[in-house]
Amino acid sequence: MNTSTIAIETKAALDGALNAAAGVRKESSVEVTDYSNRQTVGRITVDNPKMVCRGVNVYYGEKHALKNVGLDIGANEVIAFIGPSGCGKSTFLRCLNRMNDTIATCRVTGQIKLDADDIYDKSIDVVQLRARVGMVFQKPNPFPKSIYENVAYGPRIHGMVNNKAELDELVYASLERAGLLKEVEKRLDEPGTSLSGGQQQRLCIARAIAVNPEVILMDEPCSALDPIATAKIEELIDELRENYTIVIVTHSMQQAARVSQRTAYFHLGDLIEVGDTDQIFTNPRHKLTEDYITGRFG
Amino acid sequence: MNKPNSATVPATSGRDIKTIVNASLPRRHAAERRFRWYGLIAISLGLAFVVLMFANIIGKGYSAFWQTYVQVPISFDAAVLDPQGNRDAKAIEGADYGALVRAGLRAVFPNVQGRGELRTLYALVSSDAPQELRRTVMANPALIGATQEVWLLASATVDTFVKGNIDRTLDETERPIKDNQVAWIDKLAAAGKVEQRFNTLLFGSGDSREPEQAGIRGALMGSFYTLLVTFLLSFPIGVATAVYLEEFAPKNRWTDLIEVNINNLAAVPSIVFGLLGLAVFINFFGLPRSAPLVGGLVLSLMTLPVIIIAGRAALTSVPPSIREAALGMGASKLQMVGHHVLPLALPGMLTGSIIGMARALGESAPLLMIGMVAFIVDVPRGFMDPATVLPVQIYLWADLPERAFVERTSAAIMVLLGFMILMNGLAIVLRKRFERRW
Repeated sequence: MNTSTIAIETKAALDGALNAAAGVRKESSVEVTDYSNRQTVGRITVDNPKMVCRGVNVYYGEKHALKNVGLDIGANEVIAFIGPSGCGKSTFLRCLNRMNDTIATCRVTGQIKLDADDIYDKSIDVVQLRARVGMVFQKPNPFPKSIYENVAYGPRIHGMVNNKAELDELVYASLERAGLLKEVEKRLDEPGTSLSGGQQQRLCIARAIAVNPEVILMDEPCSALDPIATAKIEELIDELRENYTIVIVTHSMQQAARVSQRTAYFHLGDLIEVGDTDQIFTNPRHKLTEDYITGRFG
Repeated sequence: MNKPNSATVPATSGRDIKTIVNASLPRRHAAERRFRWYGLIAISLGLAFVVLMFANIIGKGYSAFWQTYVQVPISFDAAVLDPQGNRDAKAIEGADYGALVRAGLRAVFPNVQGRGELRTLYALVSSDAPQELRRTVMANPALIGATQEVWLLASATVDTFVKGNIDRTLDETERPIKDNQVAWIDKLAAAGKVEQRFNTLLFGSGDSREPEQAGIRGALMGSFYTLLVTFLLSFPIGVATAVYLEEFAPKNRWTDLIEVNINNLAAVPSIVFGLLGLAVFINFFGLPRSAPLVGGLVLSLMTLPVIIIAGRAALTSVPPSIREAALGMGASKLQMVGHHVLPLALPGMLTGSIIGMARALGESAPLLMIGMVAFIVDVPRGFMDPATVLPVQIYLWADLPERAFVERTSAAIMVLLGFMILMNGLAIVLRKRFERRW
């Protein structure tokens, strides 16, 4: 299988053929990544990549869940993965910090690089990787410990602080950055599970940023929250972009449009289209993307 | 009737759905009522048998917690206790205290003559009475030379009679107590010299051939040491096995085989474990018979599968989101288990272990195989001393014909049941207390 990326120059003859094959509707010039069975529409590369993925395939037992995906994730950008259920967006997200390793039947091939390190290389320990690539899950999952302990857990296991004072400072700073400090300052000893859903999710974000990761993966972080809590998280994502690279999987297209700079549309294990969020939502090039964002299915 | 469409409403033969349902309702309600009655009857029967069992045990056993004492004036005769007059402790300890008891009894009933009659008189008090006097004198040598009213332990026959368990209207030949003994006891009782006291011997002494001296302390200590060994071995090994199998072991044919075998081991009859213990620990490793250490090892074999199964169930009940949260933070697998999964699963594991331990406490069959069924008077003071355990003590006493042993058997059962209830209660308290919600 051809896993290399070919950026094809605009050539009228070739373009027409490719566009017809891939269902690309626009006549204007597009960059197309060619794979043997499908093409990703749009530019998968960025100028300043934080993570580079090429030819990523994921199998759950016999099932081919993610097919030959190539995508760059730019530094300090928010990239949203959208697509209907079962399209492989969460699967791809979980490849980025090797959470798929916990599933016994799961097999990943291809190459994913974080800066210069191949994260599936034998020399990379998942512990180190997951400290660099943090994760926030769909359902808020604070540890059944105090709010303080939730945030302090990461720094503690990684030995990031030397004493209690430093730890305190880090915990407060993380809670502050997650916009939660004011609400919980008085009750840091209470269990994290006593907070409301939105607060719990922000606690999980605080917990993730306490270890100062380079990339934060968010797997539908707002799907269990009400609109007000969702708005707070989205605001927070916007602020966090300054310091982190954020990959967010979402079912809400409005959310993708609000928080992300780039959007990738997945469909049945294929990466169909990638592009600037504005372009994807106003001017989709692929028929499937257009059908999805206009609400014809999904 | 105007049928809208025969294809959509088939086979109602002209009746509407309301009539059809109503027609079937009485039958359904009757079935429900019947079922409720069956349930009620089953529960009542069960409860009735529990009540019957407890009534029987308590009715037979409650009297064992009291013991009859008779008051006899004892003159601590210096000529008997300390003939040399030098207060030598050794001489005092070796003195004939039986003579003091006999003299005391003769003093109460001076008219009793003849060897046979005197023998029945002396049989009023326990053969332990002289030892009791010895202990009193050794503790307080100043008593020598004085005369004092002393409460002496009555013999088991007297005790049984005083408790009303011997019918005095029967002919003398048909009851264990003689007519003249009955007369003497009546006389003593009239003078207020017969008394029932709390039976400290029952909890303070080991087994004995004399029922009034027999106690469960030896069996209790034996059970304690045995269970201590069982707990110290089976809990850590069981928890570690459960954690390894559930969290670390690859899922393949071998682990499947191990899992099936563990489940089967939990159902193996306990006496088989006793045979295994006899063959391995005693015959092969040469450990002593009747020792709590071996008992504990055997019961560990029996309890381990129970703890492993309970432990695995507790581990699987920890939600995967907690594991993902820990792994997502960059915790290693051991950190994930140690910091998050195990603390959440531990109450469930403890509950399972305590219930397994309660089962081990009530187990007698495997211990019979390794010699813990011996008649042992001394209270064990370590893991290697010969010992027996509570259920085996009950089994031993249940074999004996004396009425006094019957009540002790029931008393020992009550103590055993008490510990069972205590342990199960503890399991419930732990579960309620540390149960976490997420």
